[in-house]
Amino acid sequence: MQDVEKIVNGQKLFLKPEYQEVLKNKKQFEGAAGAVAPEKVAEIAEWTKSWEYREKNLAREAITVNPAKACQPLGAVMVGLGFENTMPYVHGSHGCVAYFRTYFTRHFKEPTPCVSDSMSESAAVFGGLSNMKDGLRNCNALYKPDMIAVSTTCMAEVIGDDLNAFIISAKEEAEGELDNVLIPHAHTPSFVGSHITGYDNMMKSTLEQLNPTKAEKVVDEERINIIPGFEPYLGSLREIKNIAKLFGDKIIMIGDHEEQWDTGAGKYKLYAGGTKIADAKTAINAKTTISLQKYSTVSTAKTIKNKWKQDYATCNPIGLTGTDEFVMKLSELTGKEVPEELKVQRARLVDAMQDSYPYMHGKKFAIWGDPDFLLGLVSFLVEMGSIPTHIVCHNAPRKGWEDDMKAILAKSNSADECNIWPGKDLWALRSLLFTEPVDFMIGNVYGKELYRDTKIPLIRIGFPIFDRHHLHRYSMSGYEGGINLLTWITNSVLDQLDEETKDIAQTDYFFDSVR
Amino acid sequence: MGPETLESLQKEAIEEVLSAYPAKAAKNRAKHLGVDSPEGEKGACDKTRSNKQTVPGVMSQRGCAYAGSKGVVWGPIKDMIHISHGPIGCGQYSRAGRRNYYIGTTGIDTFVTMNFTTDFNEKDIVFGGDKKLKKALEEIDELFPLNNGVSIQSECPIGLIGDDIQAVAKVHKKETGHQTVAVSCEGFRGVSQSLGHHIANDMIRDYVMPDASHRKDFESTDYDISIIGDYNIGGDAWATRILLEEMGLRVISQWSGDATYKEIANGPKAKLNLLHCYRSMNYISRHMEQEFGIPWMEYNFFGPSKTTASIRKIASFFDESIQEKAEAVIAKYTKMTDEVIAKYRPKLEGKKVMLYVGGLRPRHVIGAYEDLGMEVIGTGYEFAHGDDYKRTKDDIERSTLIYDDVNEYELEEFVKKLRPDLVAAGVKEKYVFQKMGLPFRQMHSWDYSGPYHGYDAFAIFARDMDLAINSPVWGHSKAPWDKEA
Repeated sequence: MQDVEKIVNGQKLFLKPEYQEVLKNKKQFEGAAGAVAPEKVAEIAEWTKSWEYREKNLAREAITVNPAKACQPLGAVMVGLGFENTMPYVHGSHGCVAYFRTYFTRHFKEPTPCVSDSMSESAAVFGGLSNMKDGLRNCNALYKPDMIAVSTTCMAEVIGDDLNAFIISAKEEAEGELDNVLIPHAHTPSFVGSHITGYDNMMKSTLEQLNPTKAEKVVDEERINIIPGFEPYLGSLREIKNIAKLFGDKIIMIGDHEEQWDTGAGKYKLYAGGTKIADAKTAINAKTTISLQKYSTVSTAKTIKNKWKQDYATCNPIGLTGTDEFVMKLSELTGKEVPEELKVQRARLVDAMQDSYPYMHGKKFAIWGDPDFLLGLVSFLVEMGSIPTHIVCHNAPRKGWEDDMKAILAKSNSADECNIWPGKDLWALRSLLFTEPVDFMIGNVYGKELYRDTKIPLIRIGFPIFDRHHLHRYSMSGYEGGINLLTWITNSVLDQLDEETKDIAQTDYFFDSVR
Repeated sequence: MGPETLESLQKEAIEEVLSAYPAKAAKNRAKHLGVDSPEGEKGACDKTRSNKQTVPGVMSQRGCAYAGSKGVVWGPIKDMIHISHGPIGCGQYSRAGRRNYYIGTTGIDTFVTMNFTTDFNEKDIVFGGDKKLKKALEEIDELFPLNNGVSIQSECPIGLIGDDIQAVAKVHKKETGHQTVAVSCEGFRGVSQSLGHHIANDMIRDYVMPDASHRKDFESTDYDISIIGDYNIGGDAWATRILLEEMGLRVISQWSGDATYKEIANGPKAKLNLLHCYRSMNYISRHMEQEFGIPWMEYNFFGPSKTTASIRKIASFFDESIQEKAEAVIAKYTKMTDEVIAKYRPKLEGKKVMLYVGGLRPRHVIGAYEDLGMEVIGTGYEFAHGDDYKRTKDDIERSTLIYDDVNEYELEEFVKKLRPDLVAAGVKEKYVFQKMGLPFRQMHSWDYSGPYHGYDAFAIFARDMDLAINSPVWGHSKAPWDKEA
């Protein structure tokens, strides 16, 4: 029974003997292997750690177990929230939107505005046009957006709804109510690609629809666009803007969702920050667009290069080299010297790397996440002399990514110990970890179970992270971001060292207070 | 605030909210909003329209049929593998988000927090996914040999492209002898997660109930009961079980938090079904009554008043020995819950609460708040039907704003107007109200605390409400340099 002076949660409540009795009693009715044949559970558990199991596991063709990717419209919602006074609108069932909002809300610990037009059986039969007609009007009346960014779910895609025609028709019937609202739209089928594909499709469509190609366009020689990509680290967005500002005022982030997911307390604002629509509408006039995530912007790049005839570059400013390349690109494009402030920042990062390298050097890592995230993080690990033993990219693009990764690994002095696993899920990684163990894992919240199963410490970097607070407020990008990565990783290594040496009169001779 | 003032404020709030809508939507929404009081003859609880299409283009908090079936009913059955059949997203977003606690070796003999999906790509949509499903079932049996069955939870495209998942399941079951249930819970079906609960119940009725394989060796007692509609959020069902066992009853199955296939299949052996979440599991309770003659009763284990009343009602189904033990259980815990009330009531007395949750909580938790001297001034459901609102009538104690399928715009306006001291709703709403400086509790998942069912859990509930309302953090919004307004 609870002690009123010391009320405990379930965590400790269920350890009390009377509850242990309850849990024991329940077993007689269960029939699960753990209740009827615990030895069988132990046997199978051992088997799942074997090379034999690994081979069967890696040979899977049909079932995906514990994936490390999500679906297209999630990325499209992120794009919408990167523009000023814009409401993301998902054409489909509201169940999907409930999931997108929950997913982002749990990662950012912030509200996530997004509407749906609640398609249901009748829409499955007759199409979702009437939902769209009512939905756009209601959305506009309640939330007064300047822009409504429409994407689709797999339902709308399977029944073949034509967004463009629907939106024209909805506008015509809206008695003028929708005349002043911009409605960019993209098809984002969930059965193609992943959330980064949805980001790409929505970004491409938004830019195309806000910047109709004209015969004569005026190039603004000072204007540079930066597209961040599917970026779950708000601090990274802030850091990139800080760096850009040092090179001039006309370097503009396109799709800047930083403030939307980072508003202060005091009052609730439905919309916050975002790229100004005026800037989004003149993106075509920039001299160059830089994408910070090559594989989140593959089709966006095509529009910029081929339709806009604009210079296009990709940089991945994670780690030292990546940031150097980004800074030099900005210097080259603006014709400005690298500012003193960045030189100081760079020297500080290098100093920090030289202080901490012994703890990362030679350590083996398993890492998973989105393609560009992995290119950046692996580059940093290689710079520190670490060994990225297993690199799992579930949503690896078919073209180019593996070659890019190999080029980074070629710089490692342990390249032959590094393995790239495109298209694999986290249950496959489990087998890899048991058969070829590593020292640490770097990844999202779904590594939690891998930690429990393998006891390999998990360093939480990636998306989503639900079970730790505020990590997304930091930067992984730029020189400052490099120091953050170094702090997280090195101190996790030190935490682990303390953990392994804390036993009194056993191992604590190495429990040093000076590191 | 006197009741008349409160009631007129509540009515005013509805008028204001409706004025923002285009005419068609305003007309629709007006039917879902109202004010009721315990004295009122036919108030909003009787008249509120529910279980209807959500107005398009708003931020609804509702989920879909898939969420109702996979996320609520089937997903927590721990020794089965539940395949999210279709594209990648649904399985991923619903993975491990609900705190359905269970004991087991995850990945070996239990699977609740994992995500199994057929990860549809374009080819599967064009050519159909039945072959892939069949192969997936084979791979599962090879790699997870201790699973006690598989359920196939369909996502939207499955029904639209016309895959015959029932046939695939049937063949697989025939070939392997392994229980395989195909659930057609595509997200577009119905208007909310509610239809998913119903479909999920029907599949249990058609596929699990007829399986008597475990019943042959089952030795019954006169005191065998099942807990139905408890998803063991934060361990709720365990905190319930202990009370039922102490009063001499034997809980033979738990639906579906921490449940196993065998427990569910042995459901027909119960002498009484105890139904907590009426909305999600009344269907199967009715079926078991009709088919196996098992009576069912609703109960409410939130807060000591309701728990005590429910324990007595449960005991009344049994003989005197149980009734005596029930009184002993009540007596045993009353001292503790009285102490909890003595400790927390002075800090919470008179505080006003607005609720917005799913299932049963919009009515069931009212009593727990009242035990602490708090007042619920607004409540509503994401996916209720008319019978839920009728039941709500019995639980409201004062003029109460009733809102069905309230969307984020409306809820925000209602809260601004009525200024409650606490909002208790879901994660999507949480940060909106916290930014306004309003204490909030996430009442789908007990805000990562709990359990909240039963006597021991009430202590946690009381402590959590105090922690939310009386936290010093709410006083920090205003900076010291801000001038007094």
